Amino acid sequence: MPSFVITEKCDGCKAQDRTACQYICPNDLMVLDKEKNKAYNRAVDMCWECYSCVKICPTQAIEVRGYADFMPLGGVVQPLRSTDSIMWAVKFRNKKVKRFKFPIRTTAEGSIDPDAGFSTGTDDLKSPVLRTEPDSL
Amino acid sequence: MNAESFETVVVETDLLILGGGMAACGAAYEASYWAKKHKQRVTVVDKAAMERSGAVAMGLSAINLYLGVSKGNNTVDEYVSYVKNDLMGIARKDLVANIARHVDSSVHLFEKWGLPIWKDDDGNYVNEGRWQIMIHGESYKNIVSEAAKKALKELGEDGCYYERIFITEPVMFGDRCVGAVGFSVRENKFYVFKAKAVLDVMGGAVHIFRPRSVGEGLGRSWYPPFNSGASTYFTLKSGAEMTCQEVRFVPVRFKDSYGPVGAWFLLFKSKATNAKGEDYMETRAAELENWAPYGTSKPTPTNLRNYLMLLELEEGNGPIYMRTDEAIQKLVAEIPDEKEAKRKMKELESEAWEDFLDMTISQALNWASHNIMPEESPSEISATEPYFISSHSGASGAWVSGPQDLAPGEHAWGYDNMTTVKGLFAAGDASGASSHKFSSGSFTEGRIAGKAAIAFCVDHPDTIEISEEQIAGLKEKVLQPLKVFEEHHAYANDEDVNPHFVKPKMFMFRLQKIMDEYAGGASMGFKTSEPLLTKGLEYLEYMKEDSEKLAASDLNELMRCWENVHRMWQAESHLRTVLFREETRWPGYYFRTDFPGMKEDWEAFANCRWNPETGEWEMIKREIL
Repeated sequence: MPSFVITEKCDGCKAQDRTACQYICPNDLMVLDKEKNKAYNRAVDMCWECYSCVKICPTQAIEVRGYADFMPLGGVVQPLRSTDSIMWAVKFRNKKVKRFKFPIRTTAEGSIDPDAGFSTGTDDLKSPVLRTEPDSL
Repeated sequence: MNAESFETVVVETDLLILGGGMAACGAAYEASYWAKKHKQRVTVVDKAAMERSGAVAMGLSAINLYLGVSKGNNTVDEYVSYVKNDLMGIARKDLVANIARHVDSSVHLFEKWGLPIWKDDDGNYVNEGRWQIMIHGESYKNIVSEAAKKALKELGEDGCYYERIFITEPVMFGDRCVGAVGFSVRENKFYVFKAKAVLDVMGGAVHIFRPRSVGEGLGRSWYPPFNSGASTYFTLKSGAEMTCQEVRFVPVRFKDSYGPVGAWFLLFKSKATNAKGEDYMETRAAELENWAPYGTSKPTPTNLRNYLMLLELEEGNGPIYMRTDEAIQKLVAEIPDEKEAKRKMKELESEAWEDFLDMTISQALNWASHNIMPEESPSEISATEPYFISSHSGASGAWVSGPQDLAPGEHAWGYDNMTTVKGLFAAGDASGASSHKFSSGSFTEGRIAGKAAIAFCVDHPDTIEISEEQIAGLKEKVLQPLKVFEEHHAYANDEDVNPHFVKPKMFMFRLQKIMDEYAGGASMGFKTSEPLLTKGLEYLEYMKEDSEKLAASDLNELMRCWENVHRMWQAESHLRTVLFREETRWPGYYFRTDFPGMKEDWEAFANCRWNPETGEWEMIKREIL
């Protein structure tokens, strides 16, 4: 069923004004069941398995169970994303486990300077020279 | 849900950017800078949340377009030749060159903003192939969107970003595009955006053709399911001329989860073979001569590599395998020192898994579910279903103006990337005949279009008044599916089965069935012909009539209704253009069985235009200049 919510772990993002998964899902699939105060994926067959909800969930309540029409049961791929790296645990059907860690960002979140220290060589709106060019080329 | 309860929100701006992906971010980045200098306002409207919006939502493991011109690695002309050959001669050299001459700047910005790019011991980027560089790209989109949002903020109150607004229709004033309408997918609000210039960067189109997986796996399209043809619909409905609507893209990817193959072919030098272990690129090399001069040039065009594989499958030689095991063993065997070889093995294993985890996590899950270790066993690859994505190896999109200094006379009409409709610009997957832009090129083309669109705003300062009557008409049209549902749902005791309406999901399945069976989808081996296409168009007419009876019970379903109307228009322009081009030019994308080879007189662009005045389609053949 692609992404699913572990009932016990989901607190409906009670401390925030909106649930994180609902905020991030690029296909608008995650919704909050207000009665139960739990999020859920409303159309699993429209889920891209992009893991945006899994990565952003503050209580790690979301996992992915591979598409049942072609994946045997038992595989699990779970990330833990920090500000500069991501750790992955890949669990195989045969119980083997592999772990990987990759960098994701070299600067602090929120620190970007759009011009990145480059200067723009023209003020001419009709010139083909773009912002930060030719410096950035 | 009562359509009458919708508040109308009117937003006035100068440049309206529709979309939230890489091209939209590039446009917001560039336009904000020039808008500040010229006191213009910029508004970005996105159906999702920008940090994970668009095709790079999941991340990427490579940037597929980087020239390294300043390092002397490649020239713009070399890149243009490569693209033109890959598309069997059908490309706008001026558009491809314009992107290529600026793209290195974008990549250098990405790196400074914080995108980790692989480096070798000398500090140079690590190339995957000639034009591709490797990245640790899980947060690629987060980084780029942060820069775009910051650039917008530099405009203060004149820079606005609206998320979770689904754009449905253009707002026209005579022959000029002056805005767009849509609705919030979160609250009962109908939005009217009024602008001097509009930039369409709403991505390509998925789920036009029936996918190979139709259960839960329906969502595991190669390109994302939320890219639903909004770009094409918007330009078509504005009356803009479109190009290359026949040039779909059929990627060959790891089977079912559609994980990337680029790193395996280019970085790890892996081979793909039939079940007998034969490398069909070698055993079927003679076939390429039938598609000369493109087939005999190197590298072999994407569609022809597909085609040789499809021939194998037709003869029953499947499954087709990516020989990952052999490739890894070979790379390790090159290292004589045992300890060093072990270290290399570990490094290659990590690189192989990162390739999937950065951009198609589902493929890693697929390997884990099947107990596949790439260094031990090969993996199946297959052709996917067709997609519409001009930023990759397809080419469908709007026919746009080239740059004055590069474009031949009739390919430049004033402002870079303006469509044939005044004030309407297109970039990324929305503009055609400029393939192989990928993420960096789409961002770059967004920048080019963003700057040009600000120039248009400055040159056209008059405010155009849209009548209340026009707005009311658009509102009624956009919210109609809610009204249809409201009026009829009580008739039947099943919300989805009712003779008075059709729900968007079944509407989509109907479209996919028509396209698959009549327009050469995967189940037909990508083959079609005039009688099939004509029949498909006949069935599409019924769909167009029934689209008036689409029904939505909530905002989410209202979005799905409109997504599928958009898909239907993408489908029709495709059918008509495949019918128009009486030859087979990209046999690995689709094959016209009634015209099985390339024809010299079709060394041309096949364009089309839907006339908003008459509702008629016009097919136009244009010379390649």
